[in-house]
Formats: sequence, structure tokens, C-alpha cells
Amino acid sequence: MQVTGHAIADGLFTDEAQPRLIGGQDLESGRIVFPCPTGDRFAPIPLSRTGTLWSYTIQRYRPKSPPYAGPEAFRPWPVGYVELPGQVIVEARLTNVAFDAITIGMPLEMTLIPLDPDAAEPVLIYAFQPIGASA
Amino acid sequence: MSGDVCIVGIGIHPFGRTDGTSGLDQGVVAVRAALADAGIAWPDVQFAYGGSDAAGNPDTMVERLGLTGVQFINVRNGCAAGGSALFSAQMAIKSGEFEIGMAVGFDKHPRGAFNALPSEYNLPEWYGDAGYMITTQFFANKITRYMHEHGISQTSLARVANKAFRNAVHADHAWRREPVDIQTILDAPLVSDPYTKYMFCSPAEGGVALILASEKKARELGKPLIRLKAAAMRTRPPGSFEVFAPSIDIGGGKATATRIASADAFRMAGIGPEDIAVAQLQDTEAGAEIMHMAENGFCADGDQERWLAEGLTEIGGKLPVNTDGGCLACGEPIGASGLRQVYENVVQLRGDGGGRQVPGDPKTAFTHVYGAPGVSAVTILER
Repeated sequence: MQVTGHAIADGLFTDEAQPRLIGGQDLESGRIVFPCPTGDRFAPIPLSRTGTLWSYTIQRYRPKSPPYAGPEAFRPWPVGYVELPGQVIVEARLTNVAFDAITIGMPLEMTLIPLDPDAAEPVLIYAFQPIGASA
Repeated sequence: MSGDVCIVGIGIHPFGRTDGTSGLDQGVVAVRAALADAGIAWPDVQFAYGGSDAAGNPDTMVERLGLTGVQFINVRNGCAAGGSALFSAQMAIKSGEFEIGMAVGFDKHPRGAFNALPSEYNLPEWYGDAGYMITTQFFANKITRYMHEHGISQTSLARVANKAFRNAVHADHAWRREPVDIQTILDAPLVSDPYTKYMFCSPAEGGVALILASEKKARELGKPLIRLKAAAMRTRPPGSFEVFAPSIDIGGGKATATRIASADAFRMAGIGPEDIAVAQLQDTEAGAEIMHMAENGFCADGDQERWLAEGLTEIGGKLPVNTDGGCLACGEPIGASGLRQVYENVVQLRGDGGGRQVPGDPKTAFTHVYGAPGVSAVTILER
């Protein structure tokens, strides 16, 4: 199911049916980073939609606001690093997966989730889920 | 200048929570103790470097200590603030310009986790909005990967915390001084998996002051010569995995600021990790102590599992680590934390450790701090 809403920031992911993160490629060295830095040293490059889990943890307490802009009501969420083959390792929320089913190396795909699931017009953030999983 | 820079006076205000006393006043308490320890008066101090992250400008303490016109430079360098103040103080004496001066650090943080803002770290606003701007999250991700690669168990994390609270029983300046058994540590609520609440240090309060002098001046004062053989502060190399990292290079995470800083410090001191008798390693969380044992060259990655099971980092062990309970038991006032490690090493080298004294008359001592956004500071002391 595709969630509706608006992106948390411009230039983070592509406007496609199956969105991809937008990294930045160093024009001299070819090194890829995420997000794409401003300035003329890096060119935007769409990143792989799929990758494998590199590391993870569970955020068990509500982060302080500011800067956290999520809902007051807090449920723990998993967050980790996903290796996009041949490109870069990106930090991302994990979704649609039981905490005890998370393992390093598991295949994942990118999706969008609302920062606040109860908001009428939610802000969308990128996340990764087990390939083929759904909410 | 000939000879080494020596530490001739140490002072500390207890770490933890001291309601009603500002961070700066805790720094002043530490300065007065250090002056008394050195047997000098404030007007004898020729220069000072002061570190504070959240408790105001250190140079304002001249109002409390006396308006002597002393040169006083403020240092703001994240978790390396204390180390940077010490490095700078050392260079001022090495230059030959000064004979005696001070490095001081203090802080007072609000309760709960640090709330860093993206703009302070050159990061976009969305990174904080989405809930990534959290040090505990990074530390947990880092140790999860490390445990996976090097076969470290959660029990080893608990052993580190257990040791910290046991050592702190004997340290007057420590905050959490009640022993906690390993099972209680493991069964406590998780903060960020695999870390339970006993495995993270807390932001705290405290102050530390060190008086440094040229070797000639130290001899005049008649103090035991605690020589600062090396002080190194370094920033991150390519391919490292640091606090607040939206992405990491593939294959990254192996090179660290700590590896560079410690290698340089050992080179300056002309000794190796095997020569160190006692070490204070940054342990803002239990896994940090484990990773820093290897990053500083004391053991190979993965050997920590055996080292901890065999008690090799206990006070009577092969390499005692965090003899006053470290950050886990003392808490972390950022500006003071790195100087607390040096304070503790001077106590140990003088043989004044009481119930936590490292046996065998230690002659060499090592300190290490690490912090955002990838900085590390290391010192080596010799007596």
C-alpha cells in the first residue's frame, strides 16, 4: 500500500512509484555519500532500492524535541544501517519487521513510512523493510 | 625547554549531580584543590586553558580566583575539550614561553540524553526531525556491528559495567558507587539494543583542574615528577564510522580517530601498548571500552571476550582499565571528562589510589577520549 503525504525534505528520494534514495557522487573520486551534499563537488545519483542490513538497534525511548519532530506518543522503532551494494551504507529506519526477526545480512528494500502514523497529511520518511513485506 | 612537561597539581570536584552549585563553581573548587596540591597560589599561574561544553565560558572563573590578568583561553572541542586544553597547556610550556600553567574543565548538563542539534554538526534539519540525532543510537549500531564481526557477547558488555561500579566503590569522586551484579545489568530495561540502562553513562556534572610545569619548575616545587610524555588530539580519517553519520563508506568503520591518536601518542612517548601499566579508556557505553581496548592497541579485535572473562582489565589484572569506574560510574560532564582520566592516572602513579590502587608500583599510564563528530585525544604519563 502506498502511503500518501509529503517528503520530509526535498532531494532525499526520487518521485517514482518505487522511490529510491538520492545519494551524491564525488565527481573526482567517484565516492558516493548520502544525502547529496550541496555545492558542485557532488552530483546527485539514485541509489539501489535494495540492500542488506549492516547493523541495527532498537530506539527504545522517545528522542528529545527539538530536534525530533515525531509524535508525542512513542512506540520503539528499529533503526540501522543498510549496505547498498557497490554504493554506500545508509542509516535508515526499519519497518514491517518484528524486532526479534532482524538479523545482520537480511535482504531489504526501500519504502516510505509516515513519521506520525496518525497525522492526516503525514510527513514521509524513508525506511527499509524485508523484501516483499507490507504493513 | 629541556626536560618533560610535568603534572604538579591535581584537583577535582566530585562528579554526578550537585544541585545548587554551578558548573563553573565546581571548576573553581577543582582549581583551588589543584593549587593547594601543587603548593602554589593563583597569582603563580601564568596561563590557563579551560574547557566547558554547556556550563559557560571558563575564563569567567577569574572573577572567583582573582583578577591577576592571567592569559586564559577557552577551549570548545566536544568530548576532546579536556584533552585539547591539556595539549595546549603542554605546548605553551614546551615552547619555553611559560613555566607553569593550568588546564581546567568543568560542565553541568541537563538530565537525560544529550540533545544535539543538526546545525551544530553541519547536518540537514530532517536528520534531527526524523529521530537520528541521538548518540545512544549510534553507539548501539556501532557495537552491534562490532559484536557481529568479532564475536563479542552481551555478557562481556555487562562485565564492563559491573567492573565500573565495583571500582567506583573506592573512588570518592565517582557518582554511581553501588556494585551491580552482572545478571541485574543484563536484565535491566534496554535503552538501545543490546545496551541496557546500566551500560550507558549519563550526562553529569563535575570539574577537574591540573597544574602543569616545566621539569625545572617541578623540581623546584619538590613534587614527584609525573611526566606528560605524550598528548595527541586527532580528527577522523577516511572510511570511519562516527557519531551522527547518515552514511558510511562500504568497508568502512575500521579506521578511527582513536587509532591515529593512540599510534601517534605511543610514537611520541617511545613506548608501546605492552608497556602501559594502567589505562583510562572512553567508556561512555560498555562497548566503547571494549572497542577502545583494540583501537588503542592493547589487544586484537575479538580478544576482549577472553580478557574480560579472565579479569585481565581488573585492578589486579594485566592491564587495569578505568580504575575509578570511568564514565559509566562517574557520568560524563563533557568539559571535565578527559581531565578526570588524567587526574585518576596521576593518583595511580603517585600510589594514592587507596582501595582502587593498581598494585606493583605502576610507572606508565594511558588516557583516551572519543567523541562527536569523530575526535580522539590520548595522553601517556610516566613517573
